[in-house]
This record gives sequence, structure tokens and C-alpha cells, in this order.
Amino acid sequence: MTTTDQGPLYFRDRDWHPAAYTPGYKTSMTRAPFRPLVSLGSTLSEETGPAFGQAMIGELDNNLIMNFTGQPAIGERIILHGRVLDENGRGVPGVLVEIWQANAGGRYRHKKDGYLAPLDPNFGGCGRTLTDASGGYEFLTVRPGAYPWPNRVNDWRPMHIHLSVFGSGFGQRLITQNYFEGDPLIARCPIVQTIGQQKAIDVLVAPLDMNRAIPMDCLAYKFDIVLRGRRQSYFENRKEGL
Amino acid sequence: MMQRLDYLKETPSQTAGPYVHIGLVPNALGIPGIYPEDLGRAPVTDAAKGQRISITGRVIDGAGMVLRDALFETWQADAAGIYPVNDPRGPADPGVTGWARVAADFDTGIWRIDTVKPGRVPYPDGRLMAPHIAVWLVARGVNLGLQTRIYFDDEADANEACPVLGRIEHRERVATLLARHQGNGQYQIDFRLQGEGETVFFDM
Repeated sequence: MTTTDQGPLYFRDRDWHPAAYTPGYKTSMTRAPFRPLVSLGSTLSEETGPAFGQAMIGELDNNLIMNFTGQPAIGERIILHGRVLDENGRGVPGVLVEIWQANAGGRYRHKKDGYLAPLDPNFGGCGRTLTDASGGYEFLTVRPGAYPWPNRVNDWRPMHIHLSVFGSGFGQRLITQNYFEGDPLIARCPIVQTIGQQKAIDVLVAPLDMNRAIPMDCLAYKFDIVLRGRRQSYFENRKEGL
Repeated sequence: MMQRLDYLKETPSQTAGPYVHIGLVPNALGIPGIYPEDLGRAPVTDAAKGQRISITGRVIDGAGMVLRDALFETWQADAAGIYPVNDPRGPADPGVTGWARVAADFDTGIWRIDTVKPGRVPYPDGRLMAPHIAVWLVARGVNLGLQTRIYFDDEADANEACPVLGRIEHRERVATLLARHQGNGQYQIDFRLQGEGETVFFDM
């Protein structure tokens, strides 16, 4: 356990994130708070946070192709990799990244998913890993299929993977989704469009990364994740009593 | 030309969606075999010092419906007010991990946390905050995880002095953060996402 004071969190840019109330995504209409958030700077309750150790990670935890039954899942094999950084551009080491996704046909292993596409008996749909010393992570998985969902009559989710990320403080906790370069459904998706700025949407689109692809094996996509920054260096340099 | 501020932008949030349990509590959902057990099943061990408490509640939307797909995480200090990770003031009670992952019951929507009551933690200016548990809540339809806190209605003096509760301008809304003591260490609190009795959510 470290006992380093890492300093207050940077304020969140709420215009960059999706608004809470987004009628194009209908479920948000009854689940969005109407009252303004109570805003104040971070406290120890947000600046401290859970840490996770190597001991809890199993050998196949970041291999969604093999981690369910030990037999390979069906679909286009991909590596999803990137770095977890903070807003200062520093890699965040030792943090937990969890992912979940539909299978190659676009079907989730969930009793509430009634899409026609078949369940893959060898695909569970989740994985996890810890970032390395430079904040890097990677998963081996299958590229998830697009699928229809009940919102407007003919809404389809683009291919996507859900990512849940911890930082060095509870106030950095983040869940997001990555999309895949070139998918025509991205621009049509009401959940993507909860984000108001095109530049913010663009950073959720993982580019094809042929440098990391493995010949005759799998393609790769690169997705960097940025967590809230901290006024760390200020505190490191601060003299006693200042 | 002015110098540029070359900070990166935080990755935009997206909803956790209806299938968040596949990723975060697969065993509870009935997907065994990937992980030995789900993470964050309890924030304390039997060895934890302090007053044992249980908190139950529901998450309710603006139409009065109880969410059965809500999932939230909690983060708390030990009974002496020390956080178990990254706390600059020193080590916490080893019986307290501080973090829990809480899923509403898939049939009833009721959730439950078994823990110890946290101690008071200082605000940045040194004043003490009242005992509280930090909450981060996600669900289908929630575009960015909601931050709130659970305080306790039997900590009247500490609540009165808490600099965070003191910043809530509409005083009648403070009650939305107070878990109500039912006796024997049992507390009850609902999170209301919208409308009448809407829970105070924070930007911190």
C-alpha cells in the first residue's frame, strides 16, 4: 500500500462528457438527475481509492478467446491494447481494466439479450487485466458484432467493447466504450450521440493498428484511455507550511 | 502566439448499459468459471474494528420504478477515519479494504451492504467531514457515473459540522443523503435518480 499524497483531482469537463438527459437515448430520460450537481473540490474520499494486486489476476483473464471454456471462441481475432494515462500524459500503472462485450455475432451472454444471433458456447464475454509499469494494457478477444436494440424502431449499436477503469483515486472511476475505425453505425448510434462534441466522439474510435497485428493470427486496435489528472507535482514540490 | 496548454482530455464516459454485470459481477449473473469470485464482495473482513452496520435500499428512477439493473461501488474509511489505499496519514485497519461492488437484486431491486461505520475524515482545510461512504453509481441510461454519499442520520452533530453537507444550499435536500437508523445497526436509504426527493449528486 502506498501512502503518497497524490493531490487534488482536476475538475471534470462536463461539456466534454455526455449530458445526463439525452432524449435520443430514451432510458436516460427517467434516469437523469434534474437538479444541478453539488460542485466542490475533491477530498480524501475521492483522492484515495482501491488498488489491485497482481495476485488476483488469472493467467487467461485478459484472453476472452480462451477464458470461458478453454476452447477458442468464434470470430475475428483481435488484440485491443493501449495505455491508461492521466490528463498530464503520465501512464497510470497497476490499475484494473475490466472489459465486457457481445460475441462475434452481436449477442451477449445475458438472459435479457434476445437477439437472434446465436450464443457462442466458448465465449463468456468479459476479461480483466492490470496496467503495466507504463500504464499499458492488452486483451486478446474477438471483434464484437453490431446488434439491434430497443430504442427507436431500427437502432443498432455499432461494434463496441465496454471498458471499466480504476485510477489512483475513487474520483477517477470511469466506464466508457470503444468503437472501431470505419464502422458506419457509429454516426447513427443514439448512445454515441449522447456526446455533444464530435472531437470527443472521435477519441472513442479505436484505429486499426497494423504495427501490433500478428501475421496469420489477428488484427489489432489501439485504444488509449485518459483519466482525470491530479495536481501531483505541485504537492511534491511544496515546502512544509506553504 | 500564446503558449498552449497541452493537457490531455479525460476519455468521455459512455453508459455502462444493461449488461454491466457481465463485466463486473459475472458470477452473480450466472457466468461462473472465468473468475474464482467477483471483486468487491465486502468492504471489510470479520476482523475489522468498529461498529458493525448493514445498509439496505433501492435505486428509483423518475417514474418511480425500482432499478433492478443498477450497480454501484462504495469507498469508505475504517472506523478511525483512515482510507486503506493512498491515504497520506498512514496505514488503515487491515480488516478494512474499503471498497465494495454492490448490485441490486435482479428480482427485487434491493441492495445491501454489510460493513463497519466509517470514522470522520478531514476535509482539505482540516475540518472533519461527517462519517460517510462514497458512492459511484452506474446503470443503463446513466451516461456518466453518478457520485453521491451515504451519511448517517444518527450522527447529527457531525453532520451539522460537515463541510460537504454544509455546501448543500437547499437544506431540505440534505436528508436525501442520510441513511435512517432502524435499530441494531441497520440503516435504510434509497437513491432517487430524478424528481421528488431526488438524491444529491456531486461533482467533486
